[in-house]
Amino acid sequence: MDKIKLDAWVGIFVAIGVISLLGLAMKVGNLTSNDIRETYMVTANFENIGGLKPRAPVKGAGVVVGRVNSIVFDTEAYHAIVSIDIDKRYVFPKDTFANIYTAGLLGEQYIGLEAGGEEKNLEQGDRITQTQDAVVLEKLISQFLYSKASEEE
Amino acid sequence: MSNSIISIKDLCFGYGERLLHKGIDMEFPRGKVSAIMGGSGSGKTTILRLIGGQLKPTSGQVEVDGTIVHKQNRDGIYRLRRKMGMLFQHGALFSDLSVFENVAFPMREHTNLPENIIKDLVLLKLNAVGLRGAAYLMPPELSGGMARRVALARAIALDPDIIMYDEPFAGLDPISMAVICDLIRSLNDALGATSIIVTHDVAETFSFADYIYFVADGVVEAEGSPKQLMASKLPFVKQFIHAEKDGPVPFHYNAPSMKEDFSL
Amino acid sequence: MNVNTNILLKFFEKIGHSFSSRTLRLGAATRLFFLILVYSADSFKRIHLTIREIYFTGVMSLVIIIVSAFFVGMVLGLQGYYTLQKYGSSEAIGVLVALSLVRELGPVVTALLFAGRAGTAITAEIGLMKATEQLSAMEMMAVSPIARIIAPRFWAGVITMPILASIFSMVGVLGGYVVAVPIIGVDEGAFWSQMQANVDFRFDIVNGLIKSVVFGIACTIIALFEGFDAPPTAEGVSRATTRTVVTSSLAILALDFVLTSFMISG
Repeated sequence: MDKIKLDAWVGIFVAIGVISLLGLAMKVGNLTSNDIRETYMVTANFENIGGLKPRAPVKGAGVVVGRVNSIVFDTEAYHAIVSIDIDKRYVFPKDTFANIYTAGLLGEQYIGLEAGGEEKNLEQGDRITQTQDAVVLEKLISQFLYSKASEEE
Repeated sequence: MSNSIISIKDLCFGYGERLLHKGIDMEFPRGKVSAIMGGSGSGKTTILRLIGGQLKPTSGQVEVDGTIVHKQNRDGIYRLRRKMGMLFQHGALFSDLSVFENVAFPMREHTNLPENIIKDLVLLKLNAVGLRGAAYLMPPELSGGMARRVALARAIALDPDIIMYDEPFAGLDPISMAVICDLIRSLNDALGATSIIVTHDVAETFSFADYIYFVADGVVEAEGSPKQLMASKLPFVKQFIHAEKDGPVPFHYNAPSMKEDFSL
Repeated sequence: MNVNTNILLKFFEKIGHSFSSRTLRLGAATRLFFLILVYSADSFKRIHLTIREIYFTGVMSLVIIIVSAFFVGMVLGLQGYYTLQKYGSSEAIGVLVALSLVRELGPVVTALLFAGRAGTAITAEIGLMKATEQLSAMEMMAVSPIARIIAPRFWAGVITMPILASIFSMVGVLGGYVVAVPIIGVDEGAFWSQMQANVDFRFDIVNGLIKSVVFGIACTIIALFEGFDAPPTAEGVSRATTRTVVTSSLAILALDFVLTSFMISG
C-alpha cells in the first residue's frame, strides 16, 4: 500500500471522525454559539436555592442568556452565593430581580432574570440584590396545612 | 589473543536451576569461518544470542572486539550489534516489506544516506546473492532458499565485521545448499569478516569451514580444523561425523527395562 | 479420604496458580505499557509509522462500525418507541437514542467491535512476527521492536478509538432517526429539539469520548501484550487472539462501570 493512498485514507477517516464529533456536538448536543461567546460574571445571594445546580440555565423572558457557574455556602451570613455567567451580548440593569423557578411541574430549576428600571447596568463582579428563593415543596405544604389549620379555628 | 574478534571464556548459562552451558571456552579469529556443531538442544543457537547480547550469561564472559557484552548498557549493545549481521533460521524477513525494503531497512535506520545511494547499495547486495531481479517481490512470494538469500543480503547490508548464521542449511534443496555454502565463504572473504555458523550439517560445513567446535552436555567436547576432526578418535565426534545410529548419543530414550514394560 | 483431599488440594492449587499467573501477566503488561511510553518518540517523529497503523486499525474497521451503528440505532429507535409510547412520551425517543448511544453504547460497542476486529489482527500480527523471529531479527539489527512496531500500533489504537466511537454515535443517531421519523412517524422537530435540550456536550459527549480513549488504551495494550507474549507457535498465537478478545471485553465492561460511576457522581 503506497504512502499516498495510505495518507489519503487516514485523512478521510479522521475527517469523518471530526465531522461526526461536530455533528454530535451541534445537532445532538447543545453546544451552541452561545456557549462559546464571552461572558461576564455576577453574583446573587439566596436563602434557599432548592434544586439549583451549576450549569443550570439563566433565562431572561424565557430565553437562555447565561449559565450558573458555581454555588457556594457563605459561612458567615449563612446564605448561598450563586455566581452566574451572562452572555456579554445581554445587559441587565442594576436592580434586576433574580428568581429561582422550576421548569414544568417537577422539572429542573433555573434562574429567571427580570429587568428593573435603573439606568446603570450590571457589570463584571456586581451583585444582584433583589432575589427570590426557590419554592421548596415541604414549606409549601406546611404553609398550606398551617393556613388550613388556622382557617378551621 | 588479540587475533580473535570474539572470545568466550568459561561461559555458564542456564534457565533457573538447570545449566545449559557449563563452562564454554571459544575463540573466533578474525577473518575466519568457524562452525559450532552439536545435537539438537545442545545450546548452539543460545551461544549466538549470548554473543549478540540478547541473553546475559549466568557466569563467565563473552567479549566482542574487546568489549564485554553483558556489561554494556542498551546503547553499548546497540553499537556492538551494528558490527554484526545475523541470518536467522528461516530468514525472518519482514513480511510487510518488499525484498528491496527489507535489505534497505538497516541502511535506512542507521545511516543518513540519500535514497539513490541506498538504491544502488541494495541492488549491489542483492546482486551479490544473485537476487537483484527479485528486488520488488514480497516475502510470501519467495521460496525458502530465496528468502534465506535475501536475509543474507540484509545481514551484510552494513558490511558487518561479524556474520552469524543460525542453521543456514536447514530444509534446503541441494542446489540452494550449494549456493549458500559458496556465499558464506565468498562473502566472508570479500568483506574481510568473521563468520560463525551454527549447524549440524557435517558435509557442507566441513567443506568450507576453517575451525569447528563440537558442543555436547554444555561443554566443548572437541574442536579443531575439519581435517583434524575427521581423524579424531573421540567416540562422540566419530558418531556425529559418520552419522552412526548409536553411540555416546544413545538410540533409546531413557526407559524402564523391557521386563517391566512388556509382560514377559 | 486421601484421594478426595488430593483432588481438593489440586483444585485450590490450580486457582492459586491461575491467580498468580494472571497477576504476573498483569505486571508484565504494565511493564510493556511503560516501555511503550518511553519509546514513543519515534511514533511521532516518524509519524508515517503511526499513520500506517491508523489505516489498518481504523479505516479497515469503518465498515463494521458504520453498519453496526446503523443497526444499533435502528433497534434503539424501535425498542425505545415501543416502551415510551406506553407512557405517552414517544416524543422523547430522540433523547433516548442519543443518550444511550453517546453515553454508553457508542464507546462500549465500538470498543468491543474494535477488540474483535482490530485487536485480534494486532495480536495475530505481532505473534506471527515473534514466531518467525522477525522481532529478534530487528533487535539484532539494533532497532528496538518496541519503538518501531509496538508503540506506533499503541498510539494508532488510542487515536482511532474515539474517532470510531464518535462515528458510531452519530450514525446510530441517524439510524434511530430513520426508524423514528420517516418510518414510525414521530415528529421530526420534536425528535431533534428534545434531544438537543437534554444532551449536554460537556457531560454526555465529552464523557463518552473520555471513555472511548480509556477503552482504546486498554484494548490496544491487551492486544499488543498478548501478541508480544504469545508462545512462538501456531497454536500459541491462535490462543493468544482468543485471549485478546476475552480479556478486552471483560476489561471494557469493567472499566465502563468504573468510569460511569465516577462520571455520574463527580
